[in-house]
Amino acid sequence: MKLNLALAQINTVLGGVEQNLEKHLKYIETARQQGSDLILFPELSLTGYVLQDLVPTVAHHPNDSDPVFHELLEASQTIDIMTGFVEEDERNRFYIAAAYLSGGKVLHVHHKVYLPTYGLFDEGRFFARGDSVRAFDTRFGRVGMLICEDFWHASLPYLLWLDGADVFLFASASPGRGLPSSSEGNGGGKLASSRWVDDINRAYAGFFTSFVAHTNRVGYEDGLNFWGGAAVFSPDGEPLIHGPQHQEAVSYVTLDLNQLHRTRARLPLLRDEQPDLMLKELTRITQTRRE
Amino acid sequence: MAGEKMNELSIDTELTKKILTGFIQTEITRAGFSRAVIGLSGGLDSALSCFLAAEALGAQNVLALRMPYKTSSQDSLDDAQQVIDALGVPSLTIEITEMVDPLFKRFPEMSNRRKGNIMARERMIVLFDQSEEFKGLVVGTGNKTEILLGYSTWYGDAACSLNPLGDLYKAQVRQLAQSMSVPQSILKKAPSADLWQGQTDEGELGFTYDQADRLLYLLIDERYTPEECVEAGFDETFVRQVIQRVRRNQFKRVLPPIAKVSNRTVGYDFLYLRDWGT
Repeated sequence: MKLNLALAQINTVLGGVEQNLEKHLKYIETARQQGSDLILFPELSLTGYVLQDLVPTVAHHPNDSDPVFHELLEASQTIDIMTGFVEEDERNRFYIAAAYLSGGKVLHVHHKVYLPTYGLFDEGRFFARGDSVRAFDTRFGRVGMLICEDFWHASLPYLLWLDGADVFLFASASPGRGLPSSSEGNGGGKLASSRWVDDINRAYAGFFTSFVAHTNRVGYEDGLNFWGGAAVFSPDGEPLIHGPQHQEAVSYVTLDLNQLHRTRARLPLLRDEQPDLMLKELTRITQTRRE
Repeated sequence: MAGEKMNELSIDTELTKKILTGFIQTEITRAGFSRAVIGLSGGLDSALSCFLAAEALGAQNVLALRMPYKTSSQDSLDDAQQVIDALGVPSLTIEITEMVDPLFKRFPEMSNRRKGNIMARERMIVLFDQSEEFKGLVVGTGNKTEILLGYSTWYGDAACSLNPLGDLYKAQVRQLAQSMSVPQSILKKAPSADLWQGQTDEGELGFTYDQADRLLYLLIDERYTPEECVEAGFDETFVRQVIQRVRRNQFKRVLPPIAKVSNRTVGYDFLYLRDWGT
C-alpha cells in the first residue's frame, strides 16, 4: 500500500485563527489536487506559537459544531488532515493539541504531554499537560501523533510503537538556535536545533523500524525564527525527503508501506521487543524511587 | 578545552545572513512598515546593520544617517560614506554640533562621559525624527558583547525598533561583515564610539573585544562558572571585572520595572509578544 503524504511547513499569524484556517484550506486544496492522501500541519498551526495571554482567546473544540473544525472536517472528506490547535476542555483547561481528521470525522486528538518550561520556553505556565498517549487506526494502518517536546522523551514514541503505530506523525514549532560554525559547510549548515531533531527522528525510524514524518513551522515571532525542514525517514532509517530550511513550503512524498514488511523481515526488533521485561524493571525502578 | 570551545565563535555566515535578513524583513513588514533608518557611525556594527537592511528591504528603502559632532573624525565620515556608496542607499548628513553645544556650554566642567551620553541621545532624537519622516523603523546596531557589557548609552545608541545583531559577539559581527564585503577600512580599524578624539572602545573598556568575546561565550552561552573560566585560562581579576559589568548593566537590558499594585500588570501578568495579531 502507498501513502501519498504532504508535509506543510507554514508560517502563521500569531493569534489569527481565521487567517491561519484560510491558509490551511488553501494548502489542503493544493495537496488534494496533487493526489495526497494525508497532509500534516505543524504544532499550533491554527494559532501561532508564543501565545502567552492569547491562549484562552484562540481555543477551539474539535467537533463539527465548532466553526473552524466544521470547515476542516468538511475538507477532510477527500484528504486526511493533521492540524495543530489549542483545545479547551469541558472544565476549561487549555491544551496544546493535534487532531487527526478523516472522512468528516475526528479520529484522534492528542494533548501534548511534555510542556517545555525552561530556557526560552514557557508552555507549562499557560497550558495543561496531556495525560495519555495512544496509537489509532486510519485507512493507512495504525499511526501515532506526538508534538515537539513529546518526542524528546523516548518513552512516548516507544509506547506508540508498542501500541501498534507503524507511522509516527510528529509536529513542531521549533525555535531555531545554535549557529553552526563555518567549518560545517558555509551556507549548507543547519542550526543545531534542526540537526538535533533530524538526528532523533532518524534514530526513531531505525529503532522502531517504522516511518517517521515530521513537520515544523517557519517564520518569525518577535526575535524567534522557526526553521521548517520537514522530513520523513523510512523504517530503514533512511531519509526520504527533506523540506527547505526557513521557508514556507509543502513537501510531497510517497511512502511505500510495504517497506515495513521488508524491513521487519530483515530486522525483527519489534518481534523481539520485551514489554513485560520493560514493565517489570520499570515497576521495580519506580518503586525503588518511592522508597 | 577553551581552545576547542573558541571555535564555536566561528559562524556559518550564509545561514546567519539568511536568518537576520528574514528577521529584518518580517519584523518591519508586520509592524506595518517597509523601510528602515540607520545611523552610520563609520564603524563595523552600523555598517553591517546597513548591509543587512539593504539586502532585506532593498537599498532604496534604507535611509543612512551620518550625524557627526565637530570633533568627529573625518575617517569616520569617510568610512560611513563608503557604506553609502557601496550600497547605493539614500543618505543624509545631519551635524549635531549646534544641537548639543548649548548644553555643553551650560556646564563647562562637563565630563567626557556626560558629553558622550548627550551626543548619543541627540543622535537618537535625530534618528527617530527621520524615522517618522522616512516612514522607516530604526534598525539597531548593538552586538552581544556590547549589550552584555552594557557598553552603550541607555536611550541613546541602544535605542532602536529592532536589533538584528544583538545575539552576535563582536568576532561574529566581523565574520559576517567580511562575508558581506563591508569595506576593508572599516573591517581593519579599531572599534570606537568616536565620542572624543582618540577614543577606542578597547582603551576605554580596559580589555580587548577578543578577550571579552571568548570569556562571555563561556560564561553566557556555555554556562561556565567563574572558577571554570579561570581554569580555562582567564585571569581571575578580568573574570570578576566582566561578571560585575554584566550584572551592573542588567538595567539597560530590561524595561524599567513597574510597581505592581493591581491584579494585572504590564510586564508581569499582561503578556503578549510584540507580534501579537500579525
